[in-house]
Amino acid sequence: MSAPVLEIHNVSVSYGGVVPAVVGVDLTVGPGEIVGIIGESGSGKSTLAHSILGLLPKAARVRGDRFVLAGNTILDADRTTLSVLRGPSAAMIFQNPMAAFSPIHTLGKQLVDLLWRDRDQTVATKRERIIAALKQVGIPDPMGKLDAYPFQLSGGMLQRVAIAAALLMRPALLVADEPTTALDVTMEAQILHLMRSLRKTAGVSILIISHHLGVIAEICDRVAVMYAGQIVEEGAVETIFSDPRHPYTQALFACEPALIPTGVGRLPVIAGEVPRPGGTGCDFAGRCRFTEERCLTLSPPWVSASADPRHHARCHRSKP
Amino acid sequence: MATVASATTNETVAPEPGALRRVGHTIAHVMSTPLGAIGVILVVLIVGMAILAPYVVPYNPTAINVKARLADPSLAHLLGTDQLGRDLLSRVIVGTRTAMTVALTSLSVAIALALPLGMIAGYGPRWLDGLLILVFDSISSLPMIMLGLAIVVLLGPGVSTVILVIVLYSVPSYARLVRAQTLSLKTRDFIKAEQAMNAGTPRILFRHLLPNVIGPLLILACLDISTVITLEAGLSFLGLGVKPQIPSWGNILSDGFAVIRNSAVPVVAGGVPLILATIGFTFFGEALRDALDPKLNPERKP
Amino acid sequence: MSATPALIEATKLSVDVPAKWLPFARVKPLSILLDVSLAIRSGEIVCMVGESGSGKTTFGRALLGLVKPSSGRITLEGAALADFSAKSFRAVRRQAALLFQDPLSSFNPRQRIGAMIAEPRRIARSGSTRMEDLVALAQQVGLSERFLSRFPHALSGGQARRAAVARALSVIPKLIVADEPTAGLDVSVQGGVLNLFLELREQHRTAFLVITHNLSVARHIADRIVILYLGRVVESGPASEIFRAPKHPYTRALLDSEPVPDPAKRRTEPPVLGEVPSIAARPEGCEFHTRCPFAQARCRVEAPTLADEPGHRQVACHFPLPAASAAAVRGLHVVSR
Repeated sequence: MSAPVLEIHNVSVSYGGVVPAVVGVDLTVGPGEIVGIIGESGSGKSTLAHSILGLLPKAARVRGDRFVLAGNTILDADRTTLSVLRGPSAAMIFQNPMAAFSPIHTLGKQLVDLLWRDRDQTVATKRERIIAALKQVGIPDPMGKLDAYPFQLSGGMLQRVAIAAALLMRPALLVADEPTTALDVTMEAQILHLMRSLRKTAGVSILIISHHLGVIAEICDRVAVMYAGQIVEEGAVETIFSDPRHPYTQALFACEPALIPTGVGRLPVIAGEVPRPGGTGCDFAGRCRFTEERCLTLSPPWVSASADPRHHARCHRSKP
Repeated sequence: MATVASATTNETVAPEPGALRRVGHTIAHVMSTPLGAIGVILVVLIVGMAILAPYVVPYNPTAINVKARLADPSLAHLLGTDQLGRDLLSRVIVGTRTAMTVALTSLSVAIALALPLGMIAGYGPRWLDGLLILVFDSISSLPMIMLGLAIVVLLGPGVSTVILVIVLYSVPSYARLVRAQTLSLKTRDFIKAEQAMNAGTPRILFRHLLPNVIGPLLILACLDISTVITLEAGLSFLGLGVKPQIPSWGNILSDGFAVIRNSAVPVVAGGVPLILATIGFTFFGEALRDALDPKLNPERKP
Repeated sequence: MSATPALIEATKLSVDVPAKWLPFARVKPLSILLDVSLAIRSGEIVCMVGESGSGKTTFGRALLGLVKPSSGRITLEGAALADFSAKSFRAVRRQAALLFQDPLSSFNPRQRIGAMIAEPRRIARSGSTRMEDLVALAQQVGLSERFLSRFPHALSGGQARRAAVARALSVIPKLIVADEPTAGLDVSVQGGVLNLFLELREQHRTAFLVITHNLSVARHIADRIVILYLGRVVESGPASEIFRAPKHPYTRALLDSEPVPDPAKRRTEPPVLGEVPSIAARPEGCEFHTRCPFAQARCRVEAPTLADEPGHRQVACHFPLPAASAAAVRGLHVVSR
């Protein structure tokens, strides 16, 4: 297997050096792989994604042992170098596609401006490339869309344009932060289908962040479950969905309405809220139904969780 | 930001600060920037001087002493005297009182008129909105000085005339601001929620719209105080404002202008407080605007 | 059906975007909602499902008169509203509470939560607004006392949702119209809001109109489901039946589109291509034919009417799906059995 597209080891992010948001995360995304991160709001999943793109606010401090994106170490580089490294290596699509475009310029102008690095190309060449990219993401009449303004397109169509824009950068990694949350189900199905096909047609790896288990199940190869800034369980999507081992993952699945038979009466909930990361013991101890003495004092180890060699969980109860 | 939000969930929650503490909090925020601090100091000085004017003046500001006319600044007369021998420092101090009386009275009246008019225009039936807008536009289309002249001719010069001119001049623009705020608030969900709860129109107007429109209006008025002071000075300078014997910055300027070949002191004495007041209220208003913006001044920090 | 009149009934309710009147051209009014009829009984939970632009939010707001209907009739406990003036809707608003899709936006930013949940009692001039009673009200939805003195912006999404429910319960309503009650909530807390609804129904026989695009939510709480497409009802009926055997191809497409949290059940092709047409350019014939995989020549010219089917069901389709094809529906009902 060739070198991974993203490799981070023991990476932590804190705000102002005091408020931890992400604590000691290891994550690898291989070439052509689709990796999902699930977790509640406040789990640090968006912070992690933004740290890859260098989109964190200035107060954020990123530390770690290893942070390699498409072969470039980006941990100690200064901001200017970072933007040069990150530009072509990773691109991001956001939850609200409307917010990703300026409302007062045509899509064509915004997409041409995006290609400012290619100074040797004429606008005509750039437009050709853009039309090709729009075709690739399944936009009908791509030529006409160049003269359209963002408000003239539906949310789903605009998300396609956003994906096309990301692909124009020829990124090795596409980071998608809740890419379908703002869309209708029929549009969601289409966008997920498109993203899955992109790894073949555009040769891109995808890191997708979602709180929607259905979306993760639909397109991911591998899943990481985040809780209070840590990855608490990771493994192949089939393993995680069929045999979740961390009590948090189990609780999350238990709450998913699509997995609950009808007529159960009361729906399950996880009581309490995500705590601030970096407490003593296990961060989930306060909400876990298996909490023991050691959970309150000792940080749980990252251990192999099942027969699947890639399946790990951060829990005292998981047997290595 | 999700992570920041989660951080607030575990804290031991202090009760929200009360109204007084919030005012204190706002003032502290205004003072926290250098320009805001300058603004507050100047405003306190000017308002304090206006209130205490009768007690701090060294001389009667209208007492004429022709023998001592156009005296240079000295220990007896710190700013010298004007062409009629009146003590300039006393006139400047009492002029502050005139300026503040005119500014605060006229702006209060303007706010009191503009709030209901603007809210009615924004919330009421469309024909009424059209009518009110027509009236506002007609008034603002008149040239300010011509309007002032016309009123002065009708009513004669005086403090109340100046106030009337300023009110007439300010109400249309204030009411337009209130109307615009009301129009945008009217479509917001929390007003829809009130309607869905069967709240009556007065309740929606006074309990829910009013607190949300008054903030921006107060800030605009604060920024306008300097304009109004200048306007009063300008009208008085032209002889259309405050009667000449009453001390006002405009009258001091006007009188000083006539004798500027003999001495520049009267012009400076009338001009500097005007400039300081303009600077003070502008800085104060701008800092207040930032302090009242919940995005720039979060009440509860993580 | 029982003889007692429905709690609230809308008959052929339509809502138009106000037509712009220009000196030389009369612009045709755009219909957001077209002839939607729906009766809700006490203690019943009706889910209205559809994509954005289907008019589901508009229907909820039109019931309370926040959007003025252009035609149709609304009957409250057997008595028809005289007209659609704000005064007539006061009767509805006395019985109904509305939960907005974004709870935060439905709070006055300068009002504390305590004052806010007391607001319906103050308006109705009934019920206690004493502190201890407001605390009890907040505790009913799982908010502790300390939240009463907070301003809305200091609440998390889940807390804001609870505060909105507390306000709705302030004067126990007979009907709660809930617009996307689980939008923006983590799955771990979604259940809490829905459980609250179920409890209310048990204790007070409160009726619910839940407007949602989330089919798994509808599956758990709905007694009856109404599917809207471009402002028209395309299918309605008992929830269990609709999930088991959808008759309208659009219902089927919605069920198929819902991503299933099971990697073994991945779909290979997206079920419906294209997107919702604009209400400004409604397709001829059946309005779904542009996206329908089963469309035939007749569908392109002749609009189907909403016809009664056995089992209290209604469907607007020339070629309703046979029950046999239900087994092929991927997804939700497979889990639900």
